[in-house]
Amino acid sequence: MSTIISFQGVSKRFGTTTVLEGFDFAVERGEKVAIIGPSGSGKSTILRTIMGLEDVDAGRVLVDGETLWNPEDGLTKATASRKHLHHMRAKVGMVFQSFNLFPNLTAAENVAAGPRHVLGLSKHTATEKALKLLAQVGLSDQANKYPSTLSGGQQQRVAIARAMALEPQIMLFDEATSALDPEKVGEVLDVMRSLSRERDLTIVVVTHQIGVARALADRICFMEGGRILEQAAPAILLEHPQNQRTAAFLRAVHLT
Amino acid sequence: MNQPFSLSFTLEILPLLLRGAGVTFLATAGGFLAALIIGAMLFATTLRPFKMLALPGRAIMEVLRSTPLLIQVYILFFILPNVGLTLSPIVTGLIALGLYHGAYVAEAYRAAMSHIPRTQWDTIEALRFPRRAAFRHVVFPQMVSPLVPALGNTFITMLKDTPILAAVTVPELMFEANEVGSQTFRYIEPMTLAALSYLLMSLIAASFVFLIESRLRVRFQ
Repeated sequence: MSTIISFQGVSKRFGTTTVLEGFDFAVERGEKVAIIGPSGSGKSTILRTIMGLEDVDAGRVLVDGETLWNPEDGLTKATASRKHLHHMRAKVGMVFQSFNLFPNLTAAENVAAGPRHVLGLSKHTATEKALKLLAQVGLSDQANKYPSTLSGGQQQRVAIARAMALEPQIMLFDEATSALDPEKVGEVLDVMRSLSRERDLTIVVVTHQIGVARALADRICFMEGGRILEQAAPAILLEHPQNQRTAAFLRAVHLT
Repeated sequence: MNQPFSLSFTLEILPLLLRGAGVTFLATAGGFLAALIIGAMLFATTLRPFKMLALPGRAIMEVLRSTPLLIQVYILFFILPNVGLTLSPIVTGLIALGLYHGAYVAEAYRAAMSHIPRTQWDTIEALRFPRRAAFRHVVFPQMVSPLVPALGNTFITMLKDTPILAAVTVPELMFEANEVGSQTFRYIEPMTLAALSYLLMSLIAASFVFLIESRLRVRFQ
């Protein structure tokens, strides 16, 4: 296996708050990783950095063997070329907590928009592709509906189809099931689980829902205060946490 | 001088005032179109791709918003000829209304764009939408519904600003009403008619805006 995501000595600040400091992290190609931890621990920042939405203040971030961010080499959000960001972002797809569908487009149009305007497919081919993807997430019958008329679970499945439509090598899920009603988590999780069976697709999930991490991940990382305190296979980390902060976190979420 | 309201005099001046109302409507519609275009250009100077124009754009907007429309009309009509640019009264009017209200329209565009949540911009970036496609298919359609009431307001304000064009002899409603008054010394009929015409046009514009707003509400559902 080869490394597809690599953080090397990364520091990131927002104003006076240090989110990451000397942070190292690596994901292998095809690996399914879940990052769990309390809010404010820097989990989402990691995903946004991989997606190319946030840059770093120090250190390097490599994706698919190429440097995405490196302030010493002029690779920051302010200085990197649009071409560089475009090229690097093509490797990655992201699903957000709040779905973020385009409210003025139907489900099918949301999914077809990327193939059409980014990949340059014809309207017809893009729509065909969108309908195929919507079928995969079980939403063929909702293709012509606007997001406001879909449930949260349906919206999130459209969002997953939309991200997959651009054929990323890496899929990032940022609290993708956290805004859903409990009974809708399952339908989104099913879609995520079927994606996780694709051998070559690398998946990084950020969640505070232990069940989601357990269902998807080969490896779970527990993160707190901008550092990974412990990482292991789900059975090991969840059943026999070595770090007492991990144990305390798991106890706390089990109680809720 | 207390005169009773004369119906026959009213009917006599009606065609003239209707023609004036027509000019008022055309000036408002043309000025509105000019304001949409000038507003879009001023708004563009506030966007990142045109950031070298940000400072001049800001300055122009401040000047346009902080000086009276009448002065802007006078500058266009009486001072520009000194530098070799002579404009007809109606063209002066359209440009002046377009500039003055364009500065406010630019602000309305900006407000409508700031209405779009940050998460939408994240998504546009994550999906790698080219700027133009993002604007056309995602950003602009979401700007429309906050824009409608603001632009409706602009239209009605502009309608009520058109009498200023009388200062440069544009034969609009107020100009004609005033002409009638000063020639016949009867003001009650022309002014009543003029006021009613403005009221009617404003009400029609307002209900038109209301119609568009309710149409927009049922879309996307």
